[in-house]
Amino acid sequence: MQIDSSLLEVRNLHTHFFTKSGVVKAVDGVDFSVKPGETLGIVGESGSGKSITALSILGLIPSPPGRIVDGEVLFKGEDLLRKSPKEMRALRGKEIAMVFQDPMTSLNPVLTVERQLVETILAHEKLTRKQAFDRALELLDLVGIPDARNRIRNYPHEFSGGMRQRVMIAIALSCNPSLLIADEPTTALDVTIQAQILELFKKMQKELDMALVMITHDLGVVAEVCDRVMVMYAGKPAEYTETKKLFDNGKHPYTLGLMHSIPKITEKKQKLEAISGMPPDLRSLPTGCNFAPRCKFAMESCLHADPELKNVEDNHAVRCFLHDKVISEEESFNETPIGSEKS
Amino acid sequence: MKPLLEVKNLKKHFPINGTSLFSRNKDMVKAVDGISFNVKAGETLGLVGESGCGKSTAGRSILKLTEPTEGQLIYKGEDITAFRGERMRKLRQEMQLIFQDPYASLNPRKTIEQIITEPMKIFQMEKAARKQKLDRLLDVVGLSSYHKSRYPHEFSGGQRQRIGIARSLALDPELVICDEPVSALDVSIQAQVINLLEELQEEFKLTYIFIAHDLSVIHHISDRVAVMYLGELVEIGDAAEVYQSPKHPYTQALLSAVPKVNPHQEKERIILKGDLPSPANPPKGCKFHTRCPFAEAICRSEKPTMKQVSLTGQMAACHFAKEVVN
Ligand SMILES: Nc1ncnc2c1ncn2[C@@H]1O[C@H](COP(=O)(O)OP(=O)(O)OP(=O)(O)O)[C@@H](O)[C@H]1O
Ligand SMILES: Nc1ncnc2c1ncn2[C@@H]1O[C@H](COP(=O)(O)OP(=O)(O)O)[C@@H](O)[C@H]1O
Ligand code: SF4
Ligand code: SF4
Ligand SMILES: [Mg+2]
Ligand SMILES: [Mg+2]
Repeated sequence: MQIDSSLLEVRNLHTHFFTKSGVVKAVDGVDFSVKPGETLGIVGESGSGKSITALSILGLIPSPPGRIVDGEVLFKGEDLLRKSPKEMRALRGKEIAMVFQDPMTSLNPVLTVERQLVETILAHEKLTRKQAFDRALELLDLVGIPDARNRIRNYPHEFSGGMRQRVMIAIALSCNPSLLIADEPTTALDVTIQAQILELFKKMQKELDMALVMITHDLGVVAEVCDRVMVMYAGKPAEYTETKKLFDNGKHPYTLGLMHSIPKITEKKQKLEAISGMPPDLRSLPTGCNFAPRCKFAMESCLHADPELKNVEDNHAVRCFLHDKVISEEESFNETPIGSEKS
Repeated sequence: MKPLLEVKNLKKHFPINGTSLFSRNKDMVKAVDGISFNVKAGETLGLVGESGCGKSTAGRSILKLTEPTEGQLIYKGEDITAFRGERMRKLRQEMQLIFQDPYASLNPRKTIEQIITEPMKIFQMEKAARKQKLDRLLDVVGLSSYHKSRYPHEFSGGQRQRIGIARSLALDPELVICDEPVSALDVSIQAQVINLLEELQEEFKLTYIFIAHDLSVIHHISDRVAVMYLGELVEIGDAAEVYQSPKHPYTQALLSAVPKVNPHQEKERIILKGDLPSPANPPKGCKFHTRCPFAEAICRSEKPTMKQVSLTGQMAACHFAKEVVN
């Protein structure tokens, strides 16, 4: 992948939490990049390290107990992990903006929408209050708040969940960021409202030419808005590729397991193909491949060595020995998959 | 065949400011506002709709865990609407609820054995029989015997849901109302629990009312589907039929809002305007008219009634749905 054209480049990121009950390896070797204007999806189950990846980029890891123990986060070529808290604060909301899952906890309940929006604009841009107010109205219009001129005086609790998320998006967009990180922005919303918000994200991106990192547990959201996608499992990437390639030619056993276990609205199956077992405890990860205890294809070597993320074709990387040509060919002659009879 | 359960014009209204003596009669949340449907023995009826539309309240009213405001409940041909006390308690053996939140619904200070055998104790089952039943239940839900002495916090979300399922099966129910039993679970665990519920249904000949907001889950598990909007049913019918040719504009919008299955799928999307109106102050006429792309004058003044819209008995409540009579 062309490194120099990336807006954001995360390399070998490791974020751990040092708790009384042990070291939680929340993020344990993540690499990805985002080009200007594109949408990268990060998809995985709860606890797989999606939010901690985002918070690491933004310099918002609670410390203690958390610490970024290794890696680089290059934004426009500069390593954000070397920046001071003050420099990071200036960057957040200006160059990099974020939207979280629960808009109620990220909006200040005692301030009107106007106050919050205008203050954010003024904090980052040299405008008069009047100009900032006009810009605020414009933004609320843009994100589809009807009757913005009146509604701007409301408090967050006077808005519905979907409208609050729109306000959050307006605040995030207020300073024309070049990167927006959205952490499960539609998870708390109903499906008809989710459709509205996803539509809004697509429109914004087209109009504003902004890169987007979309964190979600829903492969449908990935199919809907993402150009490329990283599938995460227990703190590590399992597969990293273009969205179309993932759906047409996904290779990692976890990716395939996920796709098969989800009921679909277009076809009615007799029985879902569930993935057996459950995600590992991040304080005591299995040796070898972290998916091995649940993997139908696990081989002897999977229990001993940890596969690396390797390209299987252009723009398609998989972290699995089955797709690591050298090893899988050797093994496939003399070994039957360990878990092949499990259902 | 007679349906196992008949729900007729069921209503549940809540006073807005709690049950204060001073709250005026008018200020009511019409959580469930006149729903009617039948459930046949052995089938799964899916109840789907957006947050706050009254699904859980409907479920709880049917079990009379909350007293219905109005309407009639007929179970195995018998009117149970007025059942109280001992009679209702007896009936509860046959009707069980599985909760959404496997965390909140299990007593943290009790062992798994105590939790699962509690309903058996209440109904005075012998100790030996309880033990036997417990082992059988753990086995069917895929837990091991050594789990008995453990406490809920020692289990994962999926396992806790299995415990909740085991408990609800303790008294051999016939009707089980599953209120979002997989919504709190991760996708890879969801499939395990859905498969389990389907296996149990077959083995124990259970009848399910399956409540969920996830349209794909409802599609997978249901024989018939009922769609709710603001406390009312807008459409009901055979699952395959409702999903393939929804007749109510709300069902159409709901189905079109589900994200794509893959990036190649072309999806015609009906993006609804605005938000869900408040159930305390629902729109007059058709409750959906404020968001309906097809609304006309009559929709604002006259409430549409349920009518048959297919030869196989699909029903929809829309002025403009074409009536089909057989
Ligand atoms: N005890 C109560 N007192 C007052 N209002 C209530 C009460 N219980 C429910 N409601 C209201 O009734 C309506 C329907 O609630 P209900 O819990 O049945 O919705 P639901 O369809 O199950 O939603 P969800 O998908 O979020 O679980 C909501 O507006 C809710 O706020
Ligand atoms: N403050 C913290 N202390 C200890 N562990 C944490 C903390 N925050 C997150 N974790 C753990 O890190 C892992 C990844 O969390 P997260 O990135 O939030 O997952 P998700 O993919 O659901 O967003 C989880 O196991 C979580 O419990
Ligand atoms: S490396 Fe082995 S255990 Fe891991 S996903 Fe591949 S086949 Fe399965
Ligand atoms: S009755 Fe009118 S408003 Fe209601 S769903 Fe039909 S067309 Fe829409
Ligand atoms: Mg998260
Ligand atoms: Mg509910």
